[in-house]
Amino acid sequence: MSTTELDAALSQAYEAGFVTDIETETLPPGLDEQVIEYISAKKNEPEFLRQWRLDAFRRWQTMKEPHWAHVRYEPIDYQGLIYYAAPKRRSETEIDPKLLETYEKLGVPVHERAALAGVAVDAVFDSVSVLTTFKDKLSEAGVIFCPISEAVQKYPELVQKYLGSVVPPGDNFFAALNSAVFSDGSFVYIPKGVRCPLELSTYFRINTARTGQFERTLIIADEGSYVSYLEGCTAPMRDEHQLHAAVVELIALEGAEIRYSTVQNWYPGDEEGRGGVYNFVTKRGLCAGRGAKISWTQVETGSAITWKYPSVILKGDDSVGEFYSVALTRGRQQADTGTKMIHLGRNTRSTIVSKGIAAGHSQNAYRGLVRINPGASGARNYTQCDSLLIGPHCGAHTFPYIESRNPRAIVEHEASTSRVSEEQLFYCRQRGIDPERAVALIVGGFCKDVFQKLPLEFAVEAGKLLEVSLEGSVG
Amino acid sequence: MMLTIRNLTVAVEGRRILDGLDLDIAAGEVHALMGPNGAGKSTLANVLAGREGYEVLEGKALLDDQDLLTMEPEARAQAGLFLSFQHPVEIPGVSNLQFLRTALDCLRKARGEAPLDSAALLRAAREAAQVLGLPADFLKRGVNEGFSGGEKKRNEILQMLLLEPRFVILDEPDSGLDVDALKLVAAGVNRLRRPDRAFLIITHYPRILEYVRPDRVHVLHGGRIARSGAAELAHQIEAGGYAAVLEGSVA
Repeated sequence: MSTTELDAALSQAYEAGFVTDIETETLPPGLDEQVIEYISAKKNEPEFLRQWRLDAFRRWQTMKEPHWAHVRYEPIDYQGLIYYAAPKRRSETEIDPKLLETYEKLGVPVHERAALAGVAVDAVFDSVSVLTTFKDKLSEAGVIFCPISEAVQKYPELVQKYLGSVVPPGDNFFAALNSAVFSDGSFVYIPKGVRCPLELSTYFRINTARTGQFERTLIIADEGSYVSYLEGCTAPMRDEHQLHAAVVELIALEGAEIRYSTVQNWYPGDEEGRGGVYNFVTKRGLCAGRGAKISWTQVETGSAITWKYPSVILKGDDSVGEFYSVALTRGRQQADTGTKMIHLGRNTRSTIVSKGIAAGHSQNAYRGLVRINPGASGARNYTQCDSLLIGPHCGAHTFPYIESRNPRAIVEHEASTSRVSEEQLFYCRQRGIDPERAVALIVGGFCKDVFQKLPLEFAVEAGKLLEVSLEGSVG
Repeated sequence: MMLTIRNLTVAVEGRRILDGLDLDIAAGEVHALMGPNGAGKSTLANVLAGREGYEVLEGKALLDDQDLLTMEPEARAQAGLFLSFQHPVEIPGVSNLQFLRTALDCLRKARGEAPLDSAALLRAAREAAQVLGLPADFLKRGVNEGFSGGEKKRNEILQMLLLEPRFVILDEPDSGLDVDALKLVAAGVNRLRRPDRAFLIITHYPRILEYVRPDRVHVLHGGRIARSGAAELAHQIEAGGYAAVLEGSVA
């Protein structure tokens, strides 16, 4: 198969690219203290949070956008963005059918009778959460799963204690911006010893033009508890870029386990690189207590630019951090993604498995830091980092950073780069398999180690997403 | 005729490898294609299967009535052509079973048939693996991933047994095999011999032909079939080398 055929096989329509025609309440573009006051007042926030936002904003104004990542893009006009957009509510209780329709079209189970009955969903549309399912069933188990704006009202002490405890407002430029203007997101609290009875999932949708989405997710797993959480993301096709700057904080106390999975399919832009979401996200988990475990699994197929390093701070002795990632770039997409594993406690263990797939004219970079602090005796890390190139115009890059300050720690790193070869394609085609399915099959095999880590329902979904992303019209 | 090749002339990077080759293979027959290194045996196999990098200058190749040389590789496979590769490629992470299922789905879809149910496929695959002396976990392993040379060859035969092609080209199915493995490969081929199926076995060595008895033996030399004969021709080659059987031939 020639390169042009391969390119054709890889270009396909973005299926989630429609716009929902709904009346929204939006602020005019621009960002100043008044905007922050407006958002805070709109959400009826307590004084500590209003002040926290304003502090973050002042901090942000002194910071510079980071440019060390292996990505190139036009400067972002932060004063040209809208910082708050919310669908107008018809009444306190009723949800606009157009919203339900939107999520149904995207395959998100927003009805409690839905086929994916084992999953509770929080649906975030532009700046606000529009519905959350299975709240009753969860509260029976003592689990709190609600929009973070609601948690601020109902559980202010939990929010005040943990918000910013893992990603402080001044952590980086985008985290500071998020802290100042975050509008909604999900809040999860799992009480001591509770195994969350459902998969929790948040579905993010950017709809309104020129709107930034700044969600904030906070998950706290108390001692000995367990939760599996998944987020999905899509946006309409638009010619201009959209900014998404989220912050996710995870806290796992002694013996607790958090599995966090992401299926990210933001609009990637067209073949020429017009439009698409800028995905600048800070995700970090803290294994606060002994034997805590945090596992990040991500399948990244969307966004024009991805800048994202889900990380784990291994503070508790014997705690475990994992990062499993599949990042597929095609067209003009650019991804700079990876993780940081910070080993502080004794006998802490981390595993990193990263699979980067680059096609078209895309650039795909893995960037990862493994730091072993002096106190982390017996710490172990294993990193495996594989890149697969499809066609001659794309690039794959690996930037591993290893800082070991303890001689009794073991750090292993393996890396490989390979191509989908003509040989492999011909072999498949000789067996009667058409080129599109052949590419999907080969890429699926390459990603197997990561897909196995996803919750079962989503492993199927991720496989399909990858197949759809690789699907196209082969002449 | 099942396979009809007329005046096939093929160049690789400007050099003529096949030069006016004619060959007929009838349904139900097994033909062996022999010849010294570099004679163009694998070129013929690859051109028939549709691999890129070969320039067909003249001639045609028909499978039944279908003009193979104008078809995409997958369409040739869907028309019933199967090539057992000399050097099968690895596809890491894709299990043998998954690969077989995908191939079978595509072949059956092309024939307008419903997909084979998973239980039936698994049963058939297990049985075929057993016939070929392959271990039980073989189906779960990645396609050719870390296989020994012998396992790769047997895997090609396994695929052949399950995909049930009508016309099979075996490109050196015997190279690098010990006698035991060779017998297993031969048993696999014999199992599939039927009046409506034909085989072209490409080999350097007459050894495999002890176990799969051919109806005709051809010697490829000078870009065409220089000599054809019954199974005994293979013995003559073994006894006297190619020079002896090619004496006085057109090339």
